Parts: sequence; C-alpha cells; structure tokens
Amino acid sequence: MSDVADRVRKIVVEHLGVEEDKVTEAASFIDDLGADSLDTVELVMAFEEEFGIEIPDDAAETIQTFGDAVKFIDGAK
Amino acid sequence: MFDLNGKNALITGASGGIGGAIAKSLYDAGATVALSGTRVAPLEELAASLGERAHVLPCNLSDAEAVTALPKQAADAMGSVDILVNNAGITRDNIFMRMSDDEWASVLEVNLTSTMRLCKGVIRGMMKARWGRIVNISSVVGATGNPGQANYAASKAGMVGMSKSIAYEVASRGITVNCVAPGFITTAMTDKLTDEQKSGILTQVPAGRMGDAEEIAAAVLYLSSPEAAYVTGTTLHVNGGMAMF
Repeated sequence: MSDVADRVRKIVVEHLGVEEDKVTEAASFIDDLGADSLDTVELVMAFEEEFGIEIPDDAAETIQTFGDAVKFIDGAK
Repeated sequence: MFDLNGKNALITGASGGIGGAIAKSLYDAGATVALSGTRVAPLEELAASLGERAHVLPCNLSDAEAVTALPKQAADAMGSVDILVNNAGITRDNIFMRMSDDEWASVLEVNLTSTMRLCKGVIRGMMKARWGRIVNISSVVGATGNPGQANYAASKAGMVGMSKSIAYEVASRGITVNCVAPGFITTAMTDKLTDEQKSGILTQVPAGRMGDAEEIAAAVLYLSSPEAAYVTGTTLHVNGGMAMF
C-alpha cells in the first residue's frame, strides 16, 4: 500500500468516523462510508491541503471512491 | 451585549451609510473588519475613525475577477473571514417597458451575482472552522415589489431564495445564512428626495418616520453574533411596519 493511500485513508477515517478496514479500494464515500455531499467537498478540501495540490470542481466530481481519490492524487503529484 | 472578539468580518458597500454603520457596530462589538467598496477615500476615512482593527479592501463588484479575489484578500489581511455582510448594491431604475438589458444585467450582476461569488469564496474557510455568519442585505422591495425597480426587486428577492438554499446546505457545519431587509432608511441616497417625496413615503410607514442606518446595523449585529446560532434562512424585516410578513 502506497504512502498516498495511507494518508488518504487516515483523512477518510478521521473525517467520516469509519473503521479503517471499511476503507477499501472500491469503497464509495457516499454509498459505503456514509458521507453526504458536503462531506465529499470537505474530503476534497482535506486532500488538497494534505498533498498541496489543487483539485478542480470537475475533477472532484469524478472522485467517488477511496480508489478514485488515491489514483487522482497519485496522478496530480 | 453581543461579543464578536476574535471574529473577522468582511463588509461590502462599507463606503455607504448603511455599510458604514454595520462596520461600526461589528467593530464596536470587538470584531476585526475588512471594509470593501468602490470609493477609497470614504473607506479610508471610516477605517481611520474606527481604529487599528479596520482594513480597507477596495473592490469593484461588477468586476468578476476582483470579486473572486476579495475573500482571499480579506483572509490574508485578517487571518480568516468568519462573518460576511453583503451590503453593496446599486439601483438603475426605469419603468419595466423601457428597462434595457444593460440596466437589468448590471443590477443583477452587482447585487446578486457578486453576493453569490463572495458567499462561495468564504464558505470553504467557514466550513473548516465549523463557524460562520453570512448576512445578505436585501430590501423590502424584494418582498413587495416597487414600480420602476423590476431589476432591483428581482436582485433582492433573488438574494432571499439564494440565502435560504445555502442555509440548508451549510447549516450542519455551524454556518448561518440570513437576510436583513431594510425599508426606508435615512442615507445619502434618500437625502436627495424632496420633502414632498419623503412625506409621501411616510404615509406608508406605520412608525411615521424613516429608519436609521444604525437600526439596520443592530439587526446585522444580532445575526452575526454567537447568540443567533439557531437562526438561519430567515429574513429580518426592519421597516417600521411598512410591510409585515
């Protein structure tokens, strides 16, 4: 598991208050991890801060799962 | 009564009568204030009369880029924006049959679209802080309509619908979004009215007088305070009974 994935998982666990083992590659923030639409905005904000990157709104909309987030951030860094 | 120590407020239209009074009341309650407006001299004058917790940030609200940059400038100057008061507004009156697209668009742009842009710009920080107050200055004519002001009334009514929608979305994050709707208030704008026009207006006002800018500022102060945490999506009408809702 990459360093990015660990850091993303930590943010998701903290922000959504879910168990670490629930945060799998295919876990959807909204459908599986109980996030509402505002939570997803806040997660993106937290990712931007943690990794020092800018995630534009249209890209943010494509980040639906934990795997999507890790993939996007890996590509953006 | 209300303590805003440690809170940072951005106020647009602060060079006007009502905006200046709002800035003063928030400042007097302990807030640091960023004064925005188009005319620099009155802003500087107001800042000097307030004291060291006042910053001047000139901005032309019909310039989209300048508007988008304003929340960041305010956060840089003060550390954060905890309170946003969208007070700036313009009128370009004309009877509807003669109202040009330009008269319509410019009023909507400054009064409504810039308010949307500024709300967007400050909410990110407020969400992180889990605390925020947005107070949008609407108008009694947004609720009642007024001949010659289809554009202005539309912009002010639009503000109310927008504020309620944003209020729904961000309530769970400790952010409230409300409107204050002034009636006839004594300002430089209304000083230009003739005595005849004024007495005509006053026949519609049960209180029998025009309001003071300070009476609008007091409503804004309340809605900006920690005490108003459970008040959101509402419009506080301050109009001497001219229209009751």
